[in-house]
Parts: sequence; C-alpha cells; structure tokens
Amino acid sequence: MMKRIAFLVLVIGCVFLPSLSNAQTVEMADQFRAEGKFFVVLAVIIVILIGIFSYLFMLDTKISKIEKRLKK
Amino acid sequence: MKNSWWKVLCVLLLVYSFIAGLVSPVPALPILNETIRNLYFHVPMWFGMTFLLIISFSYSIAYLSSGKHKYDWVAVEAANMGITFGILGILTGMLWAKNTWGAYWTSDPKLNAAAIGMLIYLAYFVLRGSIEDETQRGRIAAIFNIFSFPTFIALIYIMPRLTDSLHPGNGGNPGFNAYDRDREMNIIFYSANIGFILLGIWITTLRVRLKKIEEQLED
Repeated sequence: MMKRIAFLVLVIGCVFLPSLSNAQTVEMADQFRAEGKFFVVLAVIIVILIGIFSYLFMLDTKISKIEKRLKK
Repeated sequence: MKNSWWKVLCVLLLVYSFIAGLVSPVPALPILNETIRNLYFHVPMWFGMTFLLIISFSYSIAYLSSGKHKYDWVAVEAANMGITFGILGILTGMLWAKNTWGAYWTSDPKLNAAAIGMLIYLAYFVLRGSIEDETQRGRIAAIFNIFSFPTFIALIYIMPRLTDSLHPGNGGNPGFNAYDRDREMNIIFYSANIGFILLGIWITTLRVRLKKIEEQLED
C-alpha cells in the first residue's frame, strides 16, 4: 500500500520536472522587429556603409587620376 | 580605377553580410541571445588581421631578398591595416564581453594573448619610427616582422587552446561551430570574412599608391 502511494507521488511529481529547468524560451529581439523599428536601424547602418564605401571609391579614383598625370 | 572587380565584390559582400547578418534567423541560445550576430563582425576582424599580417610578413621577406622599397611600403601599410583591424577586434570583443560575461576584460589566456600580440606589432611601428635611414629602417623592421608574425600566431591561435579559456573555441569551450552552425550562418560568416579581408587589402593598396605618388612628386 505504502509502496503504491510512493510510486504514485513520484509519477505525478515527474509532471512538474520541466518547470525546474529554464524551459522558458530564450529572449530574442522579436518584439523589436514586430514593431518595425528594427528596419530603421538596418536602414541607418546601410546608409552609413554606403557612405563610407562611396568615400573610398572617390579616394581611389582621385589617386588613379594623379597616377595617370604623373605617368605622362 | 584600377582592377575594380574585387573592390566591387568587397562592397557587395560587406553590404550583403551586414543586411543578412542582422535580418537572417539565428539559433536562439541562452546568454548570447541576439549577440550571436557578432559572429559576423567581431570574428572577421581577426581573420582580416591575420590575413593582412601574413601579407606584411611575406612582403618583409620579399624586401629582405630583393631590396625593392615598394615591398617595404606594402609590408608597413599591411601591418597598419592589420593593427587597425586588431584594435577594432579588441574593442568589439570588449563590448560583447561586457554584454555576455559581465565585464569588459577578464584575465583570460586568449584576451591577454591578443593584447600581447597587438603590443608586439605596436613595437614594430615604434622601431620603424626610431630609425632615420630608409634602407636600414626597412631591413631591421623586416627582420622584426619576420620574428613577430610566428610569435603572434602562436600567441593567439595555439596558446589559448592549450589551457582553460572563457573565449569560445579555446580550452574546453566549444566554438560556435558546435552550436549547429547551419549552412546559412556559414555563408554570411564567410562572406563577411572575405569582404573585410578585401577591404583591408583595398585600403592597403590605396595607402601604398599614395606613398608612391608622394615619392614621385618629391623627385
């Protein structure tokens, strides 16, 4: 009789085991994306990137021009 | 503009890796959360640094054997870009560490090794600045470079793996490829690597060309 009760308690107790671990989902930035604000950040980053690369291209063409002039 | 195909490729790869790096789905892991995306930016800094320092090392050897000053210029400018990437790598690593480990710096083999490696190359620049004669400067700096590069590799890549380290990929800590780095993450990761390496090479070539022009104008 006692063995049966103990067995039942253990089995029912196992139902609550998952909640002991960090079973909640890992927080990611989904809320940030859902509100659409994320794409503003992305656009800002891309604008800055394109700006830096345009500057680099401009420098490159400037140096090419001077090199051509010196070659003559 | 000279040889523009790889420069266009560089821009395309970097813009792609920035957009995809921020937008594409990543595995949801505890502690890291969204910062796992730093994999696409922090790690390529170090790949870029290593590649540029390989270039600097090779051109140092080439300078010693041939004596052409152009090789010396490439060696120093490649080292310059390498150190720039290294500083950015350390700064981005510190930000990431503050977020995940709770401190900007820990007494960790990998971190200390990275700092020491950077100091060795800073000593390279101090050495260059201290010698007046161009040929002597080139020769002594090239020898220093040839010694410091293998030391740098041993410090950053070999030593941390021999001991316990908090940094991913070293001493008992699984690298990110253990966390099911599926093909999509790999594509973005290698695009970013190649993109930043090409960017480093591009800026190096620009600086060398500038030096060449200055030398020509002085004559």
